[in-house]
Amino acid sequence: MLEKAFEGGKSYWAWIFFLCALIVVGFYYYLQQFSIGLGLTGMHRDVSWGLYIGQFTFLVGVAASAVMLVIPYYLHDFKKFGKIVILGEFLAISAVLMCMLFIMADMGQPMRFMNILLHPTPNSVMFWDFLVLAGYLVINALVGWVTLGADKKGSPPPKWIKFFIILSIPWAVSIHTVTAFLYAGLPGRHFWLSAIMAARFLASAFAGGPALLIILSLIVRKVSKFDPGKEPIQAVGRIVGYAMFANVFFLALEFFTAFYSGIPGHASGFKYLYVGLEGHSELVPLMWTSSIFAAVSLLMLIFPAIRKKEGLLALACVMLFISLWIDKGFGLIIGGFVPNPFEEVHTYWPTMPESVITVGVWAIGFLVLSMLYKIAISVREQTAGIEIEH
Amino acid sequence: MSMDRRQFLKIAGISSILGFGATAVSSAKSPVFETLAPPQVEPGKDALIAKRWAMVVDMSKFKTEEDIKKVVDACHHTHNVPDFRNPDGTADTKFEIKWIWKEPYERAFPGAENTYMGEHLKDMPFVVLCNHCENPPCVRVCPTKATFKLTNGITMQDMHRCIGCRFCMAACPYGSRSFNWVDPRKTLKPEFENKDYPTRTKGVVEKCTFCSERLQAGKIPACVEAAPKGAMFFGDIEDQNSEVRKIVTTQLTIRRRPELGTGPAVYYIIGGSEHA
Repeated sequence: MLEKAFEGGKSYWAWIFFLCALIVVGFYYYLQQFSIGLGLTGMHRDVSWGLYIGQFTFLVGVAASAVMLVIPYYLHDFKKFGKIVILGEFLAISAVLMCMLFIMADMGQPMRFMNILLHPTPNSVMFWDFLVLAGYLVINALVGWVTLGADKKGSPPPKWIKFFIILSIPWAVSIHTVTAFLYAGLPGRHFWLSAIMAARFLASAFAGGPALLIILSLIVRKVSKFDPGKEPIQAVGRIVGYAMFANVFFLALEFFTAFYSGIPGHASGFKYLYVGLEGHSELVPLMWTSSIFAAVSLLMLIFPAIRKKEGLLALACVMLFISLWIDKGFGLIIGGFVPNPFEEVHTYWPTMPESVITVGVWAIGFLVLSMLYKIAISVREQTAGIEIEH
Repeated sequence: MSMDRRQFLKIAGISSILGFGATAVSSAKSPVFETLAPPQVEPGKDALIAKRWAMVVDMSKFKTEEDIKKVVDACHHTHNVPDFRNPDGTADTKFEIKWIWKEPYERAFPGAENTYMGEHLKDMPFVVLCNHCENPPCVRVCPTKATFKLTNGITMQDMHRCIGCRFCMAACPYGSRSFNWVDPRKTLKPEFENKDYPTRTKGVVEKCTFCSERLQAGKIPACVEAAPKGAMFFGDIEDQNSEVRKIVTTQLTIRRRPELGTGPAVYYIIGGSEHA
């Protein structure tokens, strides 16, 4: 099947080379970071995690979201997802891969990463996060490959794979719950110290991931003869709407507790992000962009008349994705560090090399995703009885 | 035992992944198990020993800025702590490494200030350092045990095992941990370099170790030694006859953010009297 990734038209190869170019530039800056140190980034002693860990957190959500297709298809026998469930699984693979690369990019001593396994530490949430992410990668690669392989032969997938498919459901929930626990159990970081953190993570994941999947499905339909189908896309759109509603609701709960309790530490992170603190309001425009995009996209998804127009659905999904990316891939991390334990405001903004490295990792993710989708599409095109010339 | 070394390593590897490593190693008596057991460091013959080390700080005994600077310099020179400076001579807050330093009252004890408090009280200097918590969040979160508790209560840091993930910095509610964002050796002034203490590489986290290496050699921490008379006390808080225990028992002391349940081992005397 792998050979399909290397058979493509001009535009396919142009896209692949474009991604490779981004990867090369990103890798060049990574080598600089590797030799100079993380001082090349905008991080400092007070905001000691930044864009990299934000991307990692956001992408764990994208990875977990595959379950939003797996549950309806395999548990509720919702046949219409039959064609696109593979797109969800392959998206999960590339998302987990990016997660791991962002962790590597963020490490001060990346050559020592094996220490996590050489000195296993069950009381560290990061140890568990490493295990569940690696496990999730293996499960999705196995399930995706075996089911697609069976499809290619025109036979039903082997019975044993069902075990791994069902296993992937709680596993997906676990990767994002454990990732939330990285934050939600730290004393003195009030912004993160919230019991609803894992629920919020899951809600935003189940909105953002499927939104991306809708966008990808529409692109797939444009560039290939494989049509994921109108109805499945609408069904995913409904899922995105419900999940986004839950996400916005959970965020509102955080606001209530922080501000009605009146405890300064609980409110200060939110104040910094949304109105500014001690004269620092660098992130305010960004956070309000996120809020407005969230509200508008949610309204667009709620009204069936709007959602049913695919162009508008795509627009809503793009806005929703940007909104969640700002909220979770950036604001969530910085808000936890500002103000610092001395209640001082030290701001953070990523540097150019840090941003280029980040783009490079995303490019690796999209490269893997494009190749995996190319394989899936080729198989689907064949099984649909359409032969296209390469 | 009919188990060969290879088989043993397999089992030990699997069981340690499952978190049972410690029991597997300690319950066995064969030479193989002994060689695999973690090395135990015996205290040296001159070493100062304690059940739980603690520190008491009386800021009223620091009379001048110079008194505080002496303490900070003593620590930072002893431990080869780099001194990152901006071109204009001020501290470079981006790369800064700090083991012990000065914070105003309202920063060291956030939330404890009030509107009517005079500026001189809000700005009253306090020296802050790692609190060597009884229940340290940094140790809890470290994925490699690079930061760990010694049996004498000290929270130690193994700079050779640290992978630089900085989870401990997010976890520490006292801002006591510093990361080497760049190579720290370049900023070390040769005249202050202590050849008896290791320098660090970039990409690892470091902090105060209660002068673990000096205790081993029978010396009290460098900061306590350099402090004005009666300003800093160091001793075994579990020992009823120790100075620190007597002070904490009889005088009003405060600790930073005690409500978090971390159990800091650094106590600050409020309104220190003459005999403190």
